[in-house]
Amino acid sequence: MADKRAKQKSRYTLDRHIPGAFEGETVTRRRFMTGAANGAGAIAAAAFTLPALGFAIGPIFKSSEHHWETVGRVGDFTDTNYVPVVMTLTPGIGEAGKTTTYVRRFNPEIDTDPYDSGTPFIAISSRCAHLGCPVRWVDAAERFICPCHGGVYDLLGRRVGGPPVRPLDRFYTRVIREEVQIGARFSVNSELRRFSPRDPAEPLDGIGQYLYPSRPSTRK
Amino acid sequence: MPKLRKVPAPPLPSALREPPPRPGEGNGKAGALEGAKHGGISVVDWVDERTSLTGATRWILFRKVPKGTNWFYTLGSATLFAFLSQAVTGVFLAMFYRPDASGGAYESIRHVTNEVFLGQFVRGMHKWGSSVMVILVFVHMARTFFFGAYKYPRELNWVIGVVLLILTLVMSFTGYLLPFDQRAYWATIVGVNINGTGPLIGPYLSDFLRGGGEFGATTLSRFYAIHMLLVPGLIVALIGAHLYLVTKLGTAAPPWMKAEKRSELRESEV
Repeated sequence: MADKRAKQKSRYTLDRHIPGAFEGETVTRRRFMTGAANGAGAIAAAAFTLPALGFAIGPIFKSSEHHWETVGRVGDFTDTNYVPVVMTLTPGIGEAGKTTTYVRRFNPEIDTDPYDSGTPFIAISSRCAHLGCPVRWVDAAERFICPCHGGVYDLLGRRVGGPPVRPLDRFYTRVIREEVQIGARFSVNSELRRFSPRDPAEPLDGIGQYLYPSRPSTRK
Repeated sequence: MPKLRKVPAPPLPSALREPPPRPGEGNGKAGALEGAKHGGISVVDWVDERTSLTGATRWILFRKVPKGTNWFYTLGSATLFAFLSQAVTGVFLAMFYRPDASGGAYESIRHVTNEVFLGQFVRGMHKWGSSVMVILVFVHMARTFFFGAYKYPRELNWVIGVVLLILTLVMSFTGYLLPFDQRAYWATIVGVNINGTGPLIGPYLSDFLRGGGEFGATTLSRFYAIHMLLVPGLIVALIGAHLYLVTKLGTAAPPWMKAEKRSELRESEV
């Protein structure tokens, strides 16, 4: 009995007395057909699933293009107060793609942080660092105030109250032929150190910069 | 599946029951009404012979329910009908909607609400019905929990129900953007950023939802496709699985019902 079982387990179909077996053949035709049918089905399914999936998640890995946008002349701005300017973040979708940015001339008495030196203008994003609502500059209080959940920021955009996890984002600025231009966004931590842009609600102090890494879609 | 018993005759009083025709009565000629009746029966027979659908229908409809079944057991059906209402009104709203972020979306919703015949009513059904559905899902879930109906052998149905709850909330989230007014826009900005607070994968999830690093031209059409194609298909499939398991396993008796002792163990009858 044991001999018979051992004989049946031979890897050659010829030894197992399967009709029509070839010499040296180890895979039965039934097994081969099953594998071929399953494999063909898997290839057919992958042929439409993988491109569709790549199409859907592709934007995650696409790096965004940045452009410089002129927002005014040098004389339009002061070094003590913010002037709101409207600029286009996403072209092609009208009002929904625009945002307000607060611009002020660089003031060596206020902007004492070494990271700011050399920038002609300070452009602060109105996107709240809590969850992305639009903050407004309240002149009398000298504070940026968010209407949604009560985030409060000081003149430099640093958090002084409420739930935000980091200061307001900023934009690179430059002056070309007396015109002030605004470029790519960058995020700052509580010491105003610069990082590539992060979404709101992503802290940049301590472990935060590693838990919320910079992504291709926002990297400049 | 146990062998199906014959369906009992409906409990009509004998006076109302139609007597069978006597032999020789009617002279072999069938009236128009009788002809139509026999025609209907033969159509049903034709379909049934080729599909065995009456067996499946009987399996679904003529199943035993435990003693103590009460109005709380209708909450699942109520949720199902809330979903059907959303599906029907949603299909007709889709005939008017334009997922155009540069103003067309808001304009199409304004057109439906202010100008289309019954547009405000149908849109209102969809808008308020979504809240009704979310509430019913939670009440249905609470009923299942407090009655202990999630226990063996119904755990898998509870899991499917939880997935359906999540999908319902995804529907609410994606549908909220579509009117594309100020409230819709900022609520979506905040909602996507809440998604982004998940460590490591959160930012990528935000990018997937927006279709990029910023709210862009494709964000609205992305939400629209998720809202009307992707998630409804999943919900329909999972509701099918949910109902199949309900039919297969039967409903659980309410917790206050005591199990009946077998008759040979009843002392009064010994």
